[in-house]
Amino acid sequence: MAVAAAVVLVAGVALALLWAPEDADQGPSQRIFYLHVPIALTAYACFGWGAWKALRLLWTGDRRYDLESYTAVHMGTIFGTLTLVTGSIWARTSWGVWWSWGERQLVLFLILFLFYAAYFMLRFSLPDGPGRARISAVYALFGVVLIPISFLAIRLAENLIHPVVFTRDGPQMSGDMFFTFCVCLAGTLLLAGTLYLNELAGKRLDLRLRELRESLELG
Amino acid sequence: MTYARDVAALARKDLLLELRARETLPAMLLFVLATLVAFRFALPADASERASVGLLWVAILFTALLGITRAFIPEREQRVLDGLVLAPVDRSAIWLGKVVATLAFLGAAELVALPAFGLFFESVTWSTVAAVVLADIGICAVGAILAAMAAAGRARELLFPVLFLPLSLPILVGGVGAAVSDDPGRYLAFLALYDGVFAILAWASFEYVVTE
Repeated sequence: MAVAAAVVLVAGVALALLWAPEDADQGPSQRIFYLHVPIALTAYACFGWGAWKALRLLWTGDRRYDLESYTAVHMGTIFGTLTLVTGSIWARTSWGVWWSWGERQLVLFLILFLFYAAYFMLRFSLPDGPGRARISAVYALFGVVLIPISFLAIRLAENLIHPVVFTRDGPQMSGDMFFTFCVCLAGTLLLAGTLYLNELAGKRLDLRLRELRESLELG
Repeated sequence: MTYARDVAALARKDLLLELRARETLPAMLLFVLATLVAFRFALPADASERASVGLLWVAILFTALLGITRAFIPEREQRVLDGLVLAPVDRSAIWLGKVVATLAFLGAAELVALPAFGLFFESVTWSTVAAVVLADIGICAVGAILAAMAAAGRARELLFPVLFLPLSLPILVGGVGAAVSDDPGRYLAFLALYDGVFAILAWASFEYVVTE
Protein backbone atom coordinates (compact mmCIF):
# COMPACT_ATOMS: atom_id res chain seq x y z
CA MET A 1 0.00 0.00 0.00
CA ALA A 2 2.85 2.35 0.82
CA VAL A 3 4.35 1.72 -2.63
CA ALA A 4 1.00 2.28 -4.33
CA ALA A 5 0.55 5.52 -2.41
CA ALA A 6 3.99 6.76 -3.44
CA VAL A 7 3.49 5.82 -7.11
CA VAL A 8 0.04 7.38 -7.41
CA LEU A 9 1.06 10.54 -5.57
CA VAL A 10 4.18 11.04 -7.69
CA ALA A 11 2.11 10.39 -10.82
CA GLY A 12 -0.51 12.85 -9.62
CA VAL A 13 2.01 15.59 -8.89
CA ALA A 14 3.73 14.98 -12.22
CA LEU A 15 0.40 15.21 -14.04
CA ALA A 16 -0.51 18.34 -12.14
CA LEU A 17 2.79 20.05 -12.90
CA LEU A 18 3.47 18.89 -16.45
CA TRP A 19 0.30 17.68 -18.12
CA ALA A 20 -2.73 19.52 -16.78
CA PRO A 21 -3.59 22.64 -18.81
CA GLU A 22 -2.66 25.98 -17.31
CA ASP A 23 -5.44 27.98 -15.69
CA ALA A 24 -6.26 30.97 -17.86
CA ASP A 25 -6.90 33.22 -14.87
CA GLN A 26 -4.39 32.32 -12.23
CA GLY A 27 -1.54 30.83 -14.25
CA PRO A 28 0.83 28.28 -12.71
CA SER A 29 -0.14 29.06 -9.10
CA GLN A 30 -3.44 27.35 -9.71
CA ARG A 31 -1.61 24.03 -9.81
CA ILE A 32 -1.49 23.90 -6.01
CA PHE A 33 -5.21 23.19 -6.33
CA TYR A 34 -4.30 19.61 -7.25
CA LEU A 35 -2.75 19.14 -3.84
CA HIS A 36 -4.77 21.52 -1.69
CA VAL A 37 -8.25 20.23 -2.46
CA PRO A 38 -7.43 16.50 -2.32
CA ILE A 39 -5.69 17.05 1.02
CA ALA A 40 -8.76 18.86 2.33
CA LEU A 41 -11.08 16.08 1.15
CA THR A 42 -8.76 13.50 2.69
CA ALA A 43 -8.93 15.37 6.01
CA TYR A 44 -12.73 15.24 5.88
CA ALA A 45 -12.55 11.53 5.09
CA CYS A 46 -10.29 10.98 8.13
CA PHE A 47 -12.60 12.91 10.46
CA GLY A 48 -15.58 11.01 9.09
CA TRP A 49 -13.76 7.70 9.52
CA GLY A 50 -12.83 8.64 13.09
CA ALA A 51 -16.44 9.51 13.89
CA TRP A 52 -17.65 6.27 12.33
CA LYS A 53 -15.23 4.27 14.51
CA ALA A 54 -16.37 6.35 17.50
CA LEU A 55 -19.96 5.42 16.77
CA ARG A 56 -18.96 1.76 16.50
CA LEU A 57 -17.21 2.02 19.87
CA LEU A 58 -20.29 3.42 21.58
CA TRP A 59 -22.46 0.87 19.80
CA THR A 60 -20.47 -2.26 20.54
CA GLY A 61 -18.25 -1.22 23.46
CA ASP A 62 -15.29 -2.88 21.76
CA ARG A 63 -12.10 -1.13 22.95
CA ARG A 64 -10.19 -1.64 19.71
CA TYR A 65 -12.35 1.00 17.98
CA ASP A 66 -10.99 3.58 20.41
CA LEU A 67 -7.49 3.33 19.01
CA GLU A 68 -8.80 3.33 15.44
CA SER A 69 -10.92 6.43 16.03
CA TYR A 70 -8.04 8.20 17.74
CA THR A 71 -5.62 7.38 14.93
CA ALA A 72 -8.10 8.55 12.28
CA VAL A 73 -8.62 11.87 14.07
CA HIS A 74 -4.84 12.17 14.42
CA MET A 75 -4.41 11.73 10.65
CA GLY A 76 -7.28 14.12 9.99
CA THR A 77 -5.63 16.79 12.09
CA ILE A 78 -2.34 16.37 10.23
CA PHE A 79 -4.07 16.64 6.85
CA GLY A 80 -6.19 19.53 8.14
CA THR A 81 -3.05 21.42 9.14
CA LEU A 82 -1.58 20.71 5.70
CA THR A 83 -4.77 22.13 4.18
CA LEU A 84 -4.29 25.32 6.14
CA VAL A 85 -0.67 25.57 5.01
CA THR A 86 -1.33 24.88 1.32
CA GLY A 87 -4.40 27.12 1.35
CA SER A 88 -2.38 29.90 2.89
CA ILE A 89 0.29 29.56 0.21
CA TRP A 90 -2.36 29.62 -2.49
CA ALA A 91 -3.96 32.73 -1.00
CA ARG A 92 -0.54 34.41 -0.95
CA THR A 93 0.16 33.72 -4.61
CA SER A 94 -3.28 34.57 -5.97
CA TRP A 95 -4.47 37.37 -3.70
CA GLY A 96 -1.22 38.56 -2.15
CA VAL A 97 -2.25 37.83 1.43
CA TRP A 98 -1.39 34.86 3.62
CA TRP A 99 -4.86 34.75 5.10
CA SER A 100 -8.29 35.69 3.80
CA TRP A 101 -11.48 35.44 5.82
CA GLY A 102 -13.38 35.29 2.55
CA GLU A 103 -12.15 31.79 1.84
CA ARG A 104 -14.79 29.56 3.43
CA GLN A 105 -12.93 26.29 3.40
CA LEU A 106 -9.89 27.79 5.07
CA VAL A 107 -11.96 29.39 7.83
CA LEU A 108 -13.75 26.08 8.35
CA PHE A 109 -10.43 24.29 8.66
CA LEU A 110 -9.24 26.85 11.18
CA ILE A 111 -12.30 26.13 13.35
CA LEU A 112 -11.82 22.40 12.89
CA PHE A 113 -8.16 22.74 13.79
CA LEU A 114 -9.10 24.44 17.07
CA PHE A 115 -11.77 21.82 17.73
CA TYR A 116 -9.56 18.80 17.10
CA ALA A 117 -6.59 20.29 18.92
CA ALA A 118 -8.94 20.38 21.92
CA TYR A 119 -9.69 16.69 21.25
CA PHE A 120 -6.08 15.85 22.01
CA MET A 121 -6.06 18.03 25.12
CA LEU A 122 -9.20 16.25 26.32
CA ARG A 123 -7.76 12.85 25.59
CA PHE A 124 -4.47 13.46 27.32
CA SER A 125 -6.24 14.90 30.34
CA LEU A 126 -8.38 11.82 30.96
CA PRO A 127 -7.15 8.76 32.83
CA ASP A 128 -6.62 5.74 30.59
CA GLY A 129 -9.58 3.36 30.53
CA PRO A 130 -13.02 2.74 29.06
CA GLY A 131 -14.18 6.15 30.31
CA ARG A 132 -11.58 7.91 28.20
CA ALA A 133 -12.53 5.85 25.15
CA ARG A 134 -16.20 6.76 25.47
CA ILE A 135 -15.68 10.47 26.17
CA SER A 136 -13.26 10.82 23.25
CA ALA A 137 -15.78 9.02 21.04
CA VAL A 138 -18.60 11.37 21.99
CA TYR A 139 -16.35 14.37 21.31
CA ALA A 140 -15.37 12.96 17.90
CA LEU A 141 -19.07 12.61 17.07
CA PHE A 142 -19.61 16.27 17.97
CA GLY A 143 -16.89 17.04 15.43
CA VAL A 144 -18.67 15.62 12.39
CA VAL A 145 -21.84 17.44 13.39
CA LEU A 146 -19.86 20.65 13.82
CA ILE A 147 -18.51 20.48 10.25
CA PRO A 148 -21.80 21.18 8.39
CA ILE A 149 -23.07 23.55 11.12
CA SER A 150 -19.87 25.59 10.96
CA PHE A 151 -19.97 25.62 7.20
CA LEU A 152 -23.47 27.06 7.34
CA ALA A 153 -22.37 29.57 9.97
CA ILE A 154 -19.46 30.73 7.82
CA ARG A 155 -21.77 31.23 4.86
CA LEU A 156 -24.11 33.28 7.04
CA ALA A 157 -21.26 35.28 8.57
CA GLU A 158 -19.78 36.08 5.18
CA ASN A 159 -22.71 38.36 4.42
CA LEU A 160 -21.87 40.30 7.56
CA ILE A 161 -18.10 40.46 7.58
CA HIS A 162 -17.45 40.25 3.88
CA PRO A 163 -20.15 41.79 1.72
CA VAL A 164 -18.34 40.80 -1.47
CA VAL A 165 -18.75 37.08 -1.84
CA PHE A 166 -16.02 35.24 -3.64
CA THR A 167 -17.55 33.24 -6.41
CA ARG A 168 -14.78 30.98 -7.55
CA ASP A 169 -15.48 28.46 -10.24
CA GLY A 170 -17.12 25.37 -8.87
CA PRO A 171 -16.47 21.97 -10.35
CA GLN A 172 -16.16 23.43 -13.86
CA MET A 173 -13.03 21.65 -14.93
CA SER A 174 -11.94 20.32 -18.23
CA GLY A 175 -11.56 16.55 -18.58
CA ASP A 176 -7.76 16.68 -18.25
CA MET A 177 -7.95 18.74 -15.09
CA PHE A 178 -10.56 16.48 -13.58
CA PHE A 179 -8.50 13.38 -14.34
CA THR A 180 -5.41 14.90 -12.74
CA PHE A 181 -7.49 15.91 -9.76
CA CYS A 182 -8.80 12.37 -9.33
CA VAL A 183 -5.31 10.87 -9.51
CA CYS A 184 -4.14 13.33 -6.85
CA LEU A 185 -7.14 12.57 -4.67
CA ALA A 186 -6.50 8.84 -4.94
CA GLY A 187 -2.86 9.52 -4.04
CA THR A 188 -3.60 11.51 -0.90
CA LEU A 189 -6.27 9.03 0.20
CA LEU A 190 -3.79 6.17 -0.25
CA LEU A 191 -1.17 8.12 1.67
CA ALA A 192 -3.61 8.76 4.50
CA GLY A 193 -4.59 5.09 4.53
CA THR A 194 -0.96 3.99 4.70
CA LEU A 195 -0.12 6.42 7.47
CA TYR A 196 -3.26 5.36 9.33
CA LEU A 197 -2.39 1.67 9.18
CA ASN A 198 1.23 2.31 10.17
CA GLU A 199 0.30 4.53 13.06
CA LEU A 200 -2.36 2.09 14.20
CA ALA A 201 0.10 -0.81 14.12
CA GLY A 202 2.59 1.29 16.10
CA LYS A 203 0.06 2.25 18.71
CA ARG A 204 -1.15 -1.33 19.07
CA LEU A 205 2.44 -2.52 19.54
CA ASP A 206 2.94 0.17 22.14
CA LEU A 207 -0.15 -0.92 24.02
CA ARG A 208 0.82 -4.59 23.83
CA LEU A 209 4.31 -3.78 25.07
CA ARG A 210 2.92 -1.86 28.01
CA GLU A 211 0.58 -4.72 28.90
CA LEU A 212 3.42 -7.22 28.74
CA ARG A 213 5.65 -5.02 30.86
CA GLU A 214 2.93 -4.62 33.45
CA SER A 215 2.30 -8.34 33.63
CA LEU A 216 6.07 -8.91 33.99
CA GLU A 217 6.25 -6.45 36.86
CA LEU A 218 3.29 -8.08 38.52
CA GLY A 219 4.70 -11.56 37.96
CA MET B 1 -43.75 11.70 33.73
CA THR B 2 -41.17 10.29 36.14
CA TYR B 3 -38.55 11.57 33.71
CA ALA B 4 -39.79 15.14 34.10
CA ARG B 5 -39.87 14.67 37.87
CA ASP B 6 -36.28 13.43 37.92
CA VAL B 7 -35.14 16.38 35.84
CA ALA B 8 -36.97 18.82 38.09
CA ALA B 9 -35.49 17.25 41.23
CA LEU B 10 -31.96 17.40 39.82
CA ALA B 11 -32.36 21.01 38.69
CA ARG B 12 -33.84 21.93 42.06
CA LYS B 13 -30.81 20.41 43.79
CA ASP B 14 -28.47 22.69 41.84
CA LEU B 15 -30.60 25.77 42.44
CA LEU B 16 -30.85 25.04 46.17
CA LEU B 17 -27.10 24.52 46.39
CA GLU B 18 -26.60 27.86 44.70
CA LEU B 19 -29.09 29.58 46.99
CA ARG B 20 -27.20 28.31 50.04
CA ALA B 21 -23.63 28.77 48.85
CA ARG B 22 -24.13 31.78 46.53
CA GLU B 23 -20.99 31.12 44.55
CA THR B 24 -21.76 31.05 40.84
CA LEU B 25 -24.45 33.63 40.23
CA PRO B 26 -22.84 36.63 41.97
CA ALA B 27 -19.61 35.86 40.13
CA MET B 28 -21.45 35.74 36.80
CA LEU B 29 -23.31 38.99 37.46
CA LEU B 30 -20.19 40.89 38.46
CA PHE B 31 -18.22 39.38 35.64
CA VAL B 32 -20.68 40.38 32.93
CA LEU B 33 -20.91 43.93 34.26
CA ALA B 34 -17.14 44.26 34.55
CA THR B 35 -16.74 42.90 31.02
CA LEU B 36 -19.19 45.43 29.59
CA VAL B 37 -17.36 48.25 31.36
CA ALA B 38 -14.03 46.94 30.10
CA PHE B 39 -15.41 46.82 26.55
CA ARG B 40 -16.54 50.42 26.85
CA PHE B 41 -12.89 51.39 27.16
CA ALA B 42 -11.70 48.91 24.55
CA LEU B 43 -13.93 50.47 21.88
CA PRO B 44 -13.18 53.79 20.24
CA ALA B 45 -15.69 56.53 21.07
CA ASP B 46 -17.24 56.45 17.61
CA ALA B 47 -17.56 52.67 17.40
CA SER B 48 -20.35 51.31 15.23
CA GLU B 49 -23.37 49.46 16.55
CA ARG B 50 -22.00 46.29 15.04
CA ALA B 51 -18.86 46.45 17.10
CA SER B 52 -20.71 46.94 20.39
CA VAL B 53 -23.24 44.18 19.60
CA GLY B 54 -20.35 41.85 18.82
CA LEU B 55 -18.83 42.62 22.18
CA LEU B 56 -22.17 41.98 23.91
CA TRP B 57 -22.09 38.48 22.45
CA VAL B 58 -18.53 37.90 23.53
CA ALA B 59 -19.53 39.03 27.02
CA ILE B 60 -22.48 36.60 27.07
CA LEU B 61 -20.33 33.73 25.86
CA PHE B 62 -17.60 34.37 28.42
CA THR B 63 -20.12 34.74 31.22
CA ALA B 64 -21.63 31.40 30.24
CA LEU B 65 -18.12 29.98 30.23
CA LEU B 66 -17.58 31.21 33.76
CA GLY B 67 -20.89 29.78 34.98
CA ILE B 68 -20.76 26.40 33.29
CA THR B 69 -17.08 25.57 33.84
CA ARG B 70 -17.73 24.41 37.37
CA ALA B 71 -21.11 22.81 36.64
CA PHE B 72 -19.95 19.25 37.22
CA ILE B 73 -17.00 19.86 39.54
CA PRO B 74 -19.02 19.47 42.79
CA GLU B 75 -20.52 16.25 41.44
CA ARG B 76 -17.08 14.85 40.70
CA GLU B 77 -15.43 16.08 43.89
CA GLN B 78 -18.13 14.86 46.25
CA ARG B 79 -18.62 11.71 44.16
CA VAL B 80 -22.30 12.58 43.75
CA LEU B 81 -22.07 11.55 40.12
CA ASP B 82 -21.39 7.92 41.06
CA GLY B 83 -24.57 7.94 43.10
CA LEU B 84 -26.58 9.57 40.33
CA VAL B 85 -25.34 7.09 37.76
CA LEU B 86 -26.32 4.22 40.06
CA ALA B 87 -29.72 5.75 40.82
CA PRO B 88 -32.69 4.39 38.86
CA VAL B 89 -32.96 7.46 36.64
CA ASP B 90 -32.35 7.79 32.94
CA ARG B 91 -28.83 9.22 32.66
CA SER B 92 -29.88 11.84 30.16
CA ALA B 93 -32.03 13.29 32.96
CA ILE B 94 -28.78 14.27 34.74
CA TRP B 95 -27.82 16.26 31.65
CA LEU B 96 -31.25 17.86 31.27
CA GLY B 97 -31.36 18.81 34.95
CA LYS B 98 -27.97 20.49 34.59
CA VAL B 99 -29.13 22.29 31.43
CA VAL B 100 -32.18 23.66 33.25
CA ALA B 101 -30.09 24.84 36.22
CA THR B 102 -27.39 26.50 34.09
CA LEU B 103 -30.10 28.08 31.93
CA ALA B 104 -31.56 29.66 35.06
CA PHE B 105 -28.15 31.10 36.06
CA LEU B 106 -27.36 32.36 32.59
CA GLY B 107 -30.84 33.85 32.19
CA ALA B 108 -30.48 35.67 35.51
CA ALA B 109 -27.10 37.06 34.47
CA GLU B 110 -28.59 38.26 31.18
CA LEU B 111 -31.50 39.94 32.94
CA VAL B 112 -28.81 42.25 34.30
CA ALA B 113 -26.53 42.25 31.27
CA LEU B 114 -29.08 43.27 28.61
CA PRO B 115 -30.40 46.36 30.45
CA ALA B 116 -26.83 47.28 31.33
CA PHE B 117 -25.88 46.98 27.69
CA GLY B 118 -28.85 49.19 26.80
CA LEU B 119 -27.69 51.73 29.35
CA PHE B 120 -23.99 51.77 28.41
CA PHE B 121 -24.23 51.26 24.64
CA GLU B 122 -27.42 51.10 22.58
CA SER B 123 -30.94 49.92 23.15
CA VAL B 124 -31.54 46.22 22.79
CA THR B 125 -33.82 45.12 19.95
CA TRP B 126 -36.41 42.35 20.14
CA SER B 127 -34.46 40.26 17.68
CA THR B 128 -31.46 40.41 20.03
CA VAL B 129 -33.61 39.19 22.92
CA ALA B 130 -34.97 36.33 20.80
CA ALA B 131 -31.44 35.45 19.71
CA VAL B 132 -30.22 35.49 23.32
CA VAL B 133 -32.98 33.10 24.38
CA LEU B 134 -32.22 30.71 21.52
CA ALA B 135 -28.47 30.99 22.05
CA ASP B 136 -28.81 30.25 25.78
CA ILE B 137 -30.44 26.90 25.02
CA GLY B 138 -27.61 25.94 22.70
CA ILE B 139 -24.91 27.22 25.07
CA CYS B 140 -26.30 25.28 28.02
CA ALA B 141 -27.04 22.10 26.03
CA VAL B 142 -23.49 21.92 24.65
CA GLY B 143 -21.93 23.40 27.79
CA ALA B 144 -23.45 20.85 30.17
CA ILE B 145 -22.09 17.82 28.32
CA LEU B 146 -18.67 19.39 27.70
CA ALA B 147 -18.45 20.37 31.38
CA ALA B 148 -19.09 16.74 32.32
CA MET B 149 -16.31 15.67 29.93
CA ALA B 150 -13.86 18.26 31.23
CA ALA B 151 -14.62 17.43 34.87
CA ALA B 152 -13.61 13.81 34.23
CA GLY B 153 -10.08 14.84 33.31
CA ARG B 154 -7.14 16.25 35.22
CA ALA B 155 -7.14 19.69 33.62
CA ARG B 156 -10.82 20.42 34.44
CA GLU B 157 -11.36 24.19 34.52
CA LEU B 158 -8.54 24.69 32.04
CA LEU B 159 -9.98 22.24 29.60
CA PHE B 160 -13.58 23.44 29.38
CA PRO B 161 -13.03 26.78 27.56
CA VAL B 162 -10.81 25.04 25.01
CA LEU B 163 -13.52 22.47 24.32
CA PHE B 164 -16.37 24.95 24.39
CA LEU B 165 -15.20 27.89 22.29
CA PRO B 166 -14.79 26.16 18.90
CA LEU B 167 -18.24 24.62 19.31
CA SER B 168 -19.83 27.95 20.27
CA LEU B 169 -18.53 29.93 17.28
CA PRO B 170 -21.72 29.21 15.26
CA ILE B 171 -23.77 30.67 18.14
CA LEU B 172 -21.70 33.85 17.92
CA VAL B 173 -22.41 34.07 14.18
CA GLY B 174 -26.14 33.55 14.67
CA GLY B 175 -26.38 35.97 17.59
CA VAL B 176 -24.48 38.83 15.99
CA GLY B 177 -26.28 38.24 12.70
CA ALA B 178 -29.72 38.39 14.30
CA ALA B 179 -28.81 41.65 16.02
CA VAL B 180 -27.37 43.60 13.08
CA SER B 181 -28.92 42.06 9.98
CA ASP B 182 -32.00 43.46 8.24
CA ASP B 183 -33.34 39.94 8.00
CA PRO B 184 -32.90 38.42 11.50
CA GLY B 185 -35.20 35.48 10.71
CA ARG B 186 -32.48 33.54 8.92
CA TYR B 187 -30.10 33.87 11.85
CA LEU B 188 -32.76 32.97 14.41
CA ALA B 189 -33.64 29.90 12.34
CA PHE B 190 -29.96 28.99 12.27
CA LEU B 191 -29.73 29.29 16.07
CA ALA B 192 -32.82 27.09 16.42
CA LEU B 193 -31.22 24.53 14.09
CA TYR B 194 -28.03 24.58 16.19
CA ASP B 195 -30.05 24.07 19.38
CA GLY B 196 -32.02 21.19 17.91
CA VAL B 197 -29.06 19.32 16.45
CA PHE B 198 -26.72 19.65 19.41
CA ALA B 199 -29.43 19.12 22.04
CA ILE B 200 -30.39 15.81 20.44
CA LEU B 201 -26.76 14.75 20.11
CA ALA B 202 -25.93 15.71 23.71
CA TRP B 203 -29.10 14.13 25.05
CA ALA B 204 -28.35 10.87 23.26
CA SER B 205 -24.65 10.68 24.08
CA PHE B 206 -24.53 11.98 27.66
CA GLU B 207 -24.95 8.52 29.12
CA TYR B 208 -21.58 7.47 27.64
CA VAL B 209 -19.82 10.43 29.24
CA VAL B 210 -20.80 9.62 32.82
CA THR B 211 -20.81 5.80 32.77
CA GLU B 212 -17.67 4.44 34.35
